[in-house]
Amino acid sequence: MAEVYSTLRTPLVLDNKSYSDVTRDVCETLDHRPSTGWWAAFIVSFSLLIIGAVAIAYQIATGVGVWGLNNTIGWAFDITNFVFWIGIGHAGTLISAILFLFRQKWRTSVNRSAEAMTIFAVICAGVFPIIHLGRPWFAFWLIPYPNFRGPLWINFRSPLVWDMFAISCYFTISFVFWFTGLVPDLATLRDRATSKIKKKIYSFLSFGWDGSNRTWHRYEKVYLLLAGLATPLVVSVHTIVSWDFATSVIPGWHSTILPPYFVAGAVFSGFAMVLTLMIIVRRVLHFEAYITLHHIEQMCKVIIATGGIVALSYATELFVAYYSGNEYERFTFINRALGPYGWTYWTMVSCNILAPQLFWFKKLRRNVAVVFVVSIIINVGMWFERFVIIMTSLTRDYLPASWSGFTPTIIDIATLVGSFGLFFTLFLLFARLLPMISIGEVKSVLHYANNGKGDHI
Amino acid sequence: MSRRLLINVFANDQDILNATNAARENGYTIVDAYTPYAVHGLDKAMGIRPTRIGWICLGLGLLGAAAKLWFQIWTSAFDWPVNVGGKPLTSLPAFVPVTFEVTVLFAGVGTVIAFFLVSRLLPGKKPKVVYEGVTNDRFVLVLAEEDAAFDVENVKNLFAPFHIVKMEERVEKD
Repeated sequence: MAEVYSTLRTPLVLDNKSYSDVTRDVCETLDHRPSTGWWAAFIVSFSLLIIGAVAIAYQIATGVGVWGLNNTIGWAFDITNFVFWIGIGHAGTLISAILFLFRQKWRTSVNRSAEAMTIFAVICAGVFPIIHLGRPWFAFWLIPYPNFRGPLWINFRSPLVWDMFAISCYFTISFVFWFTGLVPDLATLRDRATSKIKKKIYSFLSFGWDGSNRTWHRYEKVYLLLAGLATPLVVSVHTIVSWDFATSVIPGWHSTILPPYFVAGAVFSGFAMVLTLMIIVRRVLHFEAYITLHHIEQMCKVIIATGGIVALSYATELFVAYYSGNEYERFTFINRALGPYGWTYWTMVSCNILAPQLFWFKKLRRNVAVVFVVSIIINVGMWFERFVIIMTSLTRDYLPASWSGFTPTIIDIATLVGSFGLFFTLFLLFARLLPMISIGEVKSVLHYANNGKGDHI
Repeated sequence: MSRRLLINVFANDQDILNATNAARENGYTIVDAYTPYAVHGLDKAMGIRPTRIGWICLGLGLLGAAAKLWFQIWTSAFDWPVNVGGKPLTSLPAFVPVTFEVTVLFAGVGTVIAFFLVSRLLPGKKPKVVYEGVTNDRFVLVLAEEDAAFDVENVKNLFAPFHIVKMEERVEKD
């Protein structure tokens, strides 16, 4: 067959890797003992996790009063962190599901890690509403089960109940999606494992996968169906999270713009986190040939697009507050920008609107150091966005007599730090135990742009 | 009953795809193909019928939706009606979000379980690896030697243009 070379397509995998190269490169890190760098990162992350765990234990033993909350401000760090982590998770689903439906083949190098990131971020998010209950041992009351109190059922009209269903469904579906994608790779690991214990574990987890094309045929269909289901799911989850705010009558929250604004913000922050993680991973594990500058550039473009939507949302909010003629709404937005928490608003604006503008320049999109720094700035900005939405609306409500302020206590900060500890501990364990790149899917795009082979997959 | 199988090993996706097409055109019985990843078009080349797993997904999704909608109406309006803010007991719009989530949950989890069951993949099942490297870099096409007319030499000639790596005859025991 004549060699066909496409000038329109950028190769997705560099260095002319063969099929067995892919297997070796991805699995190799799992063969060695962890490096000193890994141990250092793990010890730091695990220590942060312990700090968070101690803070939570103290909070549960003492009461929610150990946080900086007061009568006026019932939500602060806890719900900010919750929305922040859920948002991070959404990029994983976007990469695995939405980009799959759009046939964006570059997703194959990053989807496994991004999906893992989703699962870990949702775990981090899930902690906050539960500890905010004050009596987390009654968390099961949120589940509608036959009980001896009537039976008294939960109120299905409450956005908080919707939220509980949305988050738990999202976690389950993300996990199932991730695991289904892992099975063929676990079979690859099983077939190359040399130690008996490893072989046993991988054998158990790979469900007896033998690479039969009859199975692959069904597998492809299942993957498509899951992608089709996960796409509206991810939109619904952050929509429902935004309804926690939008269905209330607090100025600044009670707004129809919140669902699209939250979803765009979630994707925006999630891609920033994917970039942060992937830039570290490709450097440490030498995945430069798989996660190429092209991949980083593509993700930067998604950030510009979603960042643009976020910027538009900020502007729309301000305009609507002015145009509505509602004095409470107007006051809230003036207070947001110029009130006591104005600095958080301007931090948010500069991190989320100004910083991503750098990505208009191709040179900067391909400069790993710049991208890394900007991705962290965006993460910070998106945390502040949630803080601004929650705090500025609560501190100044309808009744000036009940106006109040919020200062985070050491426990608030320790819990936030602990959630990062949990996230990175889980991610580091994942990097040691499972293939970080989807071996099978990368093999299917090896010849993308090099010649005519396999480019129609 | 035992049958004789012919294992044909290839080194890339295009070769096994062409070989499978050639085998089918020449009337050989294709038992299965084993590949490290989903080779697009191989299912058509083998003549596999489209899977019906989509219908399972649809059915389970509808079941989830119906069950959850019924449950919300039953709990909110019949079993223990509570007046919340003067809203109607059967407030359908408010029931939509949870109904949607449960629809996706039923359809997604159910489809995956159905997939593993139909494909006979279960935790801890002993894999039958047909040829070493089939989960790494080898593409294997398995033909059945069904009648006396089957001649390995003919197959060898047929597959020669497709860079066949190895050919092996095996007897499958039940």
